Amino acid sequence: MNSNSPPNNIGPLQKREAKLAWRMLAPTIISIALVVILPLLAIFWISFKPIGLADLRPPTPSAYERIRGDLTNAGDKAILEYRLRNSSRTHSILDVSMSDIIPSGLTILQLDERCSLDGSKLSCNLGDWEAGYNEKMQMPVTANQVFIDSKFNLNETKAKLKGKTSSILFNFTFTFDNFIYLFDAREFWGVIGVTIFYATFGTIGALVVGLFAAMLLNRNFRGQGFLRGLFLFPYVAPVIAVAFTWVTLFDPFSGSANSLLIQMKVISEPFNFFGEKPQALIMVTLFEVWRYFPMSFLFILARMQSINSDIYEAADMDGASPFQKFYYLSLPQLMGILSVLFLLRFIWTFNKFDDIFLLTGGNAGTRTLTVNVYEQAFAISNIGAGAAVAVVIFIILVIFSIFFFKLLSKEEGL
Amino acid sequence: MSFFRFGYILGLIIGALWGAIIVIVIAISFSLLTGEPITPSLTGAMPTGAIVALLVILRRPNISLFFQTILIGLISIILLTLFRFAQPLGIPLWQNSLTQILGLIFFAFALVWPLTKFFNELPIGKLTRHEFEEAIIRFLMGFGYLFFILIVAIPFFIMVMTSLKSQQALLLNPLDYSLDISRGWALFRSYIELFNDYSFGNYLINSFFVSIITVLVTLLFSVPGAYAVARLRFKGQAIMSRSILLIYMVPMIVLALPIYIAFSMVGLRNSIFGILLIYPVTTIPVALYMLQGYFRGLPFEVEEAGLMDGLTRLKVIWQITLPLSLPAIASVSLYVFMIAWNELLLAFMLLDDPSKFTLTRGVAMLNSSEIPRQHLMAGSVIATIPIMLIFLGLERFMTKGLTAGSVKG
Repeated sequence: MNSNSPPNNIGPLQKREAKLAWRMLAPTIISIALVVILPLLAIFWISFKPIGLADLRPPTPSAYERIRGDLTNAGDKAILEYRLRNSSRTHSILDVSMSDIIPSGLTILQLDERCSLDGSKLSCNLGDWEAGYNEKMQMPVTANQVFIDSKFNLNETKAKLKGKTSSILFNFTFTFDNFIYLFDAREFWGVIGVTIFYATFGTIGALVVGLFAAMLLNRNFRGQGFLRGLFLFPYVAPVIAVAFTWVTLFDPFSGSANSLLIQMKVISEPFNFFGEKPQALIMVTLFEVWRYFPMSFLFILARMQSINSDIYEAADMDGASPFQKFYYLSLPQLMGILSVLFLLRFIWTFNKFDDIFLLTGGNAGTRTLTVNVYEQAFAISNIGAGAAVAVVIFIILVIFSIFFFKLLSKEEGL
Repeated sequence: MSFFRFGYILGLIIGALWGAIIVIVIAISFSLLTGEPITPSLTGAMPTGAIVALLVILRRPNISLFFQTILIGLISIILLTLFRFAQPLGIPLWQNSLTQILGLIFFAFALVWPLTKFFNELPIGKLTRHEFEEAIIRFLMGFGYLFFILIVAIPFFIMVMTSLKSQQALLLNPLDYSLDISRGWALFRSYIELFNDYSFGNYLINSFFVSIITVLVTLLFSVPGAYAVARLRFKGQAIMSRSILLIYMVPMIVLALPIYIAFSMVGLRNSIFGILLIYPVTTIPVALYMLQGYFRGLPFEVEEAGLMDGLTRLKVIWQITLPLSLPAIASVSLYVFMIAWNELLLAFMLLDDPSKFTLTRGVAMLNSSEIPRQHLMAGSVIATIPIMLIFLGLERFMTKGLTAGSVKG
């Protein structure tokens, strides 16, 4: 009875195929694990740490040595001074030890009690240094003629210091401070509002304009190829080039847009497009629409050209009007690509950083979540808070992605 | 709606709107091209447009249509002159007469010719729904072509022209983009300074180097990966093909922060090598996704025949699949090149040393109050031109490839 059903166990051929598949995927998986998964885990780790930009440089012990006093004749006495410092004002260094070579001809009269001398090698155990530790360790010395004649530069043999530092990045103390700080700040909800506005209207705008552009080019005429190339320009050009062009064009003092509007008597005074509150957000959203409509246009056009023209001929026979044909025939056929594009573009717009960063730097009420990551981490130097924002972004994206895949599975049959 | 469904009402409305659009477009274009302050006059253009539209609809096919159209064009000039009190362009006719006449002919052409297209065979009286909507759609299309050409062309026009001007000239009259040809090579002063004093030549080389290596590494990783996902059966295939896209949804800024920290600690910041470690990984997922879509579409029978004839899998990929998917590989390469060339965030965060900048990072450096605007724009042009040339040369691939991976036929 069972002999009719296909074998359940995996045959050797299939095993080999699976093995080959994993081997072919291995480079991709490993590289993505290193550059995407690992940083993602790291950002979760960092978001629970009270860490600032300055903490990235680990605290280091340093010593500056010099001779105080005059050594002009043999037998003169002076003081050998080591200026010991902990570079960090916030973190201590444990078990600091120092070693240095005492140049020949220089004799230490009285050793510091923490130090010992072995031939010309001085070694000291300096114990634990608290944050901001600063000491001048002094030892009286005398010199003979050889040393004085040699004009010895003490810093030629640099003192070597070692110590145990514990970087906050790697220890196991965690805190919720970053998240509390974030959600307590009232502006954070403003940031979320701005992000949602930007992503929603940027996406819808790009889709509608892209749909319009696709309808214009969904016909054969001379120059169609040229126009298609032209329409893609905003998307292909480097964002930095077009963003600065917009800034130049809409500059309140030397921008052409303002002088054009003034001359046409639409406005009487220069309008600060990117610098003031309500309009700056609208401008960056318009920029988003301008820059990304070509992408929607491309996808929608491709879908339009794959629609079978039979249905339009049938509709013509039945006397459908152009708007009816668009509404009842084209739109339902395009709904699939439109909804996929909406979700994709929504997520990408949500993730966009460069555009707003270049246009306004997140000022004038245009700070989105991604710009906030940069602001917190680098402008305020609070890396922990930046990471916390990044975690918030990531969690929101995970929620989006669940929706996205539900829809995509339906659309694509993946 | 039925109230509007008469040829003359539709004609009046669309004519007036088109007149307004044309006069605004002409004013903007002429202002930007000549620097002369030209004010668009809606009060002149809208009635002219409305009347001309009626005349266009009233044309009779028994006389030469061409002749009638020319006549309407002349009438439009006369009407505009009348409505604007003998100053059709806002300045007396005896000033710059020749330019004004050319401008008026241009106006007449831009007004009348599209209107004849909009109202082709439109009756003057009651319209069927079909005729009515057809006319509106043609009008919207005409507006659309103008609108898109302007919004795309103007920023690029401003970019190029600003880079050729001097700071004083622009501050004096921000509208004046006319070129003073007599300056000769001095027009390109900003470019010469960028290459001589800011080592943009190096940045250009760096950018090409980084982008090409990124493309090669991406292909090396993603071609086998895409093939495995598309063709081979293994547990987790479905999850794989989905998680690829998921990876592409992680925002760069989220990754950039830990990467910045890690690179600071191991000393990879400020090195092209460090950049090259990251760039390909950001492009592998999308390349893999696009390629696997294409591979799925290839007929499996050819590969099967190869397998039957004793080729190993890798040889099948090399000798059968790859040659068949050259168009897809070209488009993926182009797309990856574009991403790498335009990348700013990582370059901005990781590169501080001006000798190692990529082009986009170099342009970002020019955005300072001490450096004149035309340098910034010249830098932008330098960053834009190579990618545009490559793109225009290979646009066909780009269009195909971008959509192939994700659009069901």
